Formats: sequence, structure tokens, C-alpha cells
Amino acid sequence: MREGYEVVYKRPKSLIETRMHYCPGCFHGTVHKLLMEVLDEMEIVEKTIGVCPVGCSVFAYDYMNVDMQEAAHGRAAAVATAISRLHPDKYVFSYQGDGDLAAIGTAETIHACNRGENIVFIFINNGIYGMTGGQMAPTTLKGQITTTSPHGRDPINAGMPLKMSEIVSGFDGVAYVERVSCNTAGNARKTKKALEKAMKISEQKIGTSFIEVISNCPSGWKCTPVQSLDWIKDEQIPYFPLGVIKEPGK
Amino acid sequence: MAAKGYVEISVECCKGCGLCVVSCPVKCLEIKKTDTNSFGLHYSFQAEDKCIACKNCAIVCPDACITVYKKTV
Amino acid sequence: MGEIRFMKGNEALAEAAIRAGMQGYFGYPITPQSEIVEYLAMQEPNHDYVLVHAESEVASINMLYGGAGAGSRVMTTTSSPGFSLMQEGVSYIACAELPCVIANISRGGPGLGTIQASQGDYFQAVKGGGHGDYNLIVLAPNSVQEMVDHTIMAFELADKYNTPALILTDGAIGQMMEKVVLPEPIEYKPNKPWATTGKTKDRERNYITSLYIKSEDMEQKNFKLQAKYKEIKENEVRFESYKIDDAEIIIVSYGVSSRTSKKVVDLAREKGIKVGLLRPITLWPFPTEEIARLSKLDSTKFFLSVEMSVGQMVEDVKLNVEGRKPVYMYGRTGGIMMTPEEILEYAVKKYEEG
Repeated sequence: MREGYEVVYKRPKSLIETRMHYCPGCFHGTVHKLLMEVLDEMEIVEKTIGVCPVGCSVFAYDYMNVDMQEAAHGRAAAVATAISRLHPDKYVFSYQGDGDLAAIGTAETIHACNRGENIVFIFINNGIYGMTGGQMAPTTLKGQITTTSPHGRDPINAGMPLKMSEIVSGFDGVAYVERVSCNTAGNARKTKKALEKAMKISEQKIGTSFIEVISNCPSGWKCTPVQSLDWIKDEQIPYFPLGVIKEPGK
Repeated sequence: MAAKGYVEISVECCKGCGLCVVSCPVKCLEIKKTDTNSFGLHYSFQAEDKCIACKNCAIVCPDACITVYKKTV
Repeated sequence: MGEIRFMKGNEALAEAAIRAGMQGYFGYPITPQSEIVEYLAMQEPNHDYVLVHAESEVASINMLYGGAGAGSRVMTTTSSPGFSLMQEGVSYIACAELPCVIANISRGGPGLGTIQASQGDYFQAVKGGGHGDYNLIVLAPNSVQEMVDHTIMAFELADKYNTPALILTDGAIGQMMEKVVLPEPIEYKPNKPWATTGKTKDRERNYITSLYIKSEDMEQKNFKLQAKYKEIKENEVRFESYKIDDAEIIIVSYGVSSRTSKKVVDLAREKGIKVGLLRPITLWPFPTEEIARLSKLDSTKFFLSVEMSVGQMVEDVKLNVEGRKPVYMYGRTGGIMMTPEEILEYAVKKYEEG
């Protein structure tokens, strides 16, 4: 370190010192990092149990230095339900992608939210199946080209993109819903704030928290990481507007 | 006068995505196009000594490979 | 001497789970096992266990995964179609080596089938059931008392081997009422240092997974599982013999049809035909050595597998008889209970054919 300087930002302690397998520019890494920052700053690593999905973040337990369980595809909400019920004094988060949470796991997601399970859902919505090579997800935008919608998503065949945050915000059991992104530094800061708020709501045991992170998939979208930021701003955010959708007491 | 801040970017950890470069308000980061790390990837580095320690680059870095330093006095 | 009660099989199983120190139950209604969910829901305020009425069997089995992974003594119960739905989760649990108990109070299939008792889920129970190379410990109670005893044994075996234990019985045993002796409740203290209970400073993080993406790792995992299954086969085979020593006809039968078969033994002996019964109590591990031993006796003329299916367990009997003696099968399906007389008639016909 140069003389006369101090560290003001560094890799969070609970993000394991290893190279993540994600493609260059993928927001999975960003969200992993922000989540670990929150756990470190709140000093709740010992009291946190995570669940990771099937999808690109299937190896999240290789990066997050917390106790974790890897769930079957779509079933993270069920796995997290049991952990939370049996360990009511713990913070339980479920980290899932859109194929996992909003397609194959819709039933588990909906019912866990409706029961108001004390779970923090971190929902990575990049509008595509990344791990399997870029197929159409329930969140793929209208007209968006993927390997299984090569002519663009046609709502006549595939319906419109699913707005999970709006759906779950309708349940009494859900305390807090916010849609965030990491496409700018400002939005990444808001993502961290939302994660922190969700963990604090978990401490109060007043219902489910649901943080949807509008994310990218440069590999699946066939663009550069920097180009993916434009797609988020110009295409995704207009359909999936950012902001608080529901919060306690309101 | 020395700059307000500076950054260290882990060459091996960086994948050269460039998200830090576009997030920097003073445009002091660049991708090293003339070199690669052991994974064969270009990497980001601080090209100009005018960092303001705003931390934007580190916050958006998906690989958590940026450490930000700020002048103490 | 424990408490004596007159109970339905399903309720006895539920009560036994409570007394075994069960900490979490996750279930979904399906006939003919719904009394288990209902009983546990009714009793919940009096005990410390967690009960979640899940949205599906898919959710139940994955809650079981979560609960078992988090170090708790957990159970789910279902009936045949529900057990089919659970298979993906069972495979994950087997691979992740999580101790838990599953009960299948089976009914007639295939398809939506019938709600009457059946033994058509034998293959699914003992051959793994889901994807990949794995086995479950499979217990086959044939009385309400054994619903109690096997439930407690299932929890113990699951914990001993870190593997799911399945109670495979049928709607008849689940629905019938008999006298039972209930044991004193167990003070269960989990000792599972591998469980995800929150990473304390004195240890590395724990994670539960069934993912072994590198071929070499997956193969090593399979070697580890197979070594465990070998140990279970060596130590945990359980069966009951009835008038087997001088028998010329060996009936092999489990669960509710073993009760009918026992009557067949007595009826046959009244006619002067020496019939004996071998009742597997563990369907997996199967009493392979005992069947092989009996097949080598000069007195044994043939084997008769009696099961409420078109013939599933008979394949395992044949595998272990290895052609030394004929192996026949008598069964009914669709939930039709066999009478001792019809089984005896078939046995006598085969006996007279020589």
C-alpha cells in the first residue's frame, strides 16, 4: 500500500478467495459479493444458511463462506422452508435464477411466499437459461432472440414475460419486494441496500422478502458485458421497472 | 499533488469484462489490450493516476478483484 | 412395558415417529395415508416438531432434503402416485447421504389406479426408484405393531448409515386397526457435525450437495455409496421364518400378503403338505443368503412368491435361487386381497405337477 492511503473497499471476507467460474461480466459474481458484504457487515455469517439452485449459480457454495444446501432444480423454496422452520433463529436465503424460480419452481416459490416463510429470496432475472446455453426463459422479453426462440419470443406461443415480483407482492405473507439491478454502480449500491433491508426484515420475522435482481447474460445474449448494460437499460428495465414494490407497513 | 485514491486490480482474478472501465467517472481505468493473464484474458488496470476513490469500479466488479485505496489526509 | 393402544396402522406410524423424536414432518394428503398427516397435525400443539402441509409431494420431498441437511430428524409419508412424484428428490437425498424416513402406504397402479392396497411398488422401492445408482433401506411391516417398530428402526438405520430409509407398506396395513405397544419416547439428540446449522468460527462451512460435475468425482462418490450399501447388506438383512425347516414348498411373501401366506402354511400342513414361509422384513437389503441356502436343501421342491402384483419380488427370488429349484408366483392386483384358499389351490396344483 502506498504511504498515506487506506483501504476503503476490498473483497469481502466471506467471499471465498477463489476464481469464480462465471463468464466475464456476469452479475452472479456481483450479487454474490454484495450479499457477502452484507453478511459480513451485519456480522450474521454464523447465523445464515443459504440455498442455491440448479443453474449457473449451482456452485454458489464454492464462493460463499456460509453453510449452504444445493437444491434440486426449482425446489430451493421448499428446501429453504424446511431449514427456516427447523432453525427459526437463523437467516435463510434462497438464491435462484429465473428458470429455476419462475419456471420449474413456480409452485414452490408461490407457496413459500404465500405461507410467508421467513426466507430472503434473491431472484436473479437475466431473461434466459444461461447454464444450458441460452434458451428462452419465462422472463425472456417479447421479441428477444434465444436458442429456442430464434425468431424472437412470440407472446402468442409463449405468453408475456412473467413478472414474479408483482405476483408475489400480492401475498399477505410477503413483507418486502424490491426490484434492483447491478447495471450501474448506483444500482449495485441499491442492490446491496435491498439485501441488507431484507436480512433485517428476516430478523424481525415478519414475512418473506423477495429481491429481484435484473441481471445479464453476455454469453447467452451474444454480446459483450458492456453491451449487456445497454440491453438492461433500454429493454429490460422498461418492462421490469426498478424500485420498491412492497415494504412492511405500506 | 498525489491523487485522492488509487486501485489495485488482481490480474489473475480479472476477466477483462470492462464493467469497471465504464463505471469510472474519471475514466482512469483501461483494459490491457497488449497482455493477458494466465487464463488468456485481457485485464483491467489503472491507466491514469487520477482516481477519486469513489469505489464505483469495485462495486460493479463481478469478480471482486478490485481493492480501492483512499488518501488519509 | 410400554403403553398399549388400539390403533390404525397409519396413526401408529405417526405416533411412533413422534416417539422417535421426529423434529420435522412434511407431507401432502393422499389416500390411503392421509391419516398420518391428520394425526400429526392434530398432535402438533403437544410436541416440538415442525409440520408443514406442503403444496405437493415434490415440495414435501425437497423439504425433507432441506430439513435432513440442516441436521434434523425428519419424515415424509405418501402413497404410490405421490412416491412416484418424489423420485427425483429421493435420488438427490440418497446422493447427498441425508438421513430421513419416507413411508409409502402403497395403493394399486399403474396410473391413478385404485386406492386399495397393493404391492406394485416393489421395483420402485428396492431398485432405487429414481435416477442413478442408489438404494434405499426398505422395511416392510406386516402389522400395526410393526408400523411402530419399523418407524423407529427406520429413523435409527437412516442415522446410522446417513441414508434415506423407506417404509414400504400398503393401504391394508395402513388402514387396519390392531393392538399396539408403544415405546417410551426417545430423547433424541442430533449429532450431525456435517449439517448446515450455521457456520461457526471453529469449523469450515458445511454444504450439502449431490453435484459431482467431474466424472472422476462422480465415480468416487458412487464407490463410496456402494461401499456403504455393501455394509448395509452385510449387517441389516432382516427376515422371519415360519415352519421353514422341513418345508417342501417355500412361500416368499412380505407385508399384508405374508399374513395370508402364513394361513396358507397352516392350511397346507393340515392337508399333509409341508409348506413354510420366508418373510423378508427388509426388502432391501433382501435376504439373499437365506433364499440361496433354502434353494440348496434337498427337501425344498419349489419356491412360491406371493405378492399383490403381477410379479415383482419373484425376480429377486429367482436371482438368488439361481435356477436350483423352480420359482413360481401367485398374485392378484387392483387391490384384490388374496384368500388363503386360492393361494393353496395354486400351490397344490404346482406340487402335484411335480
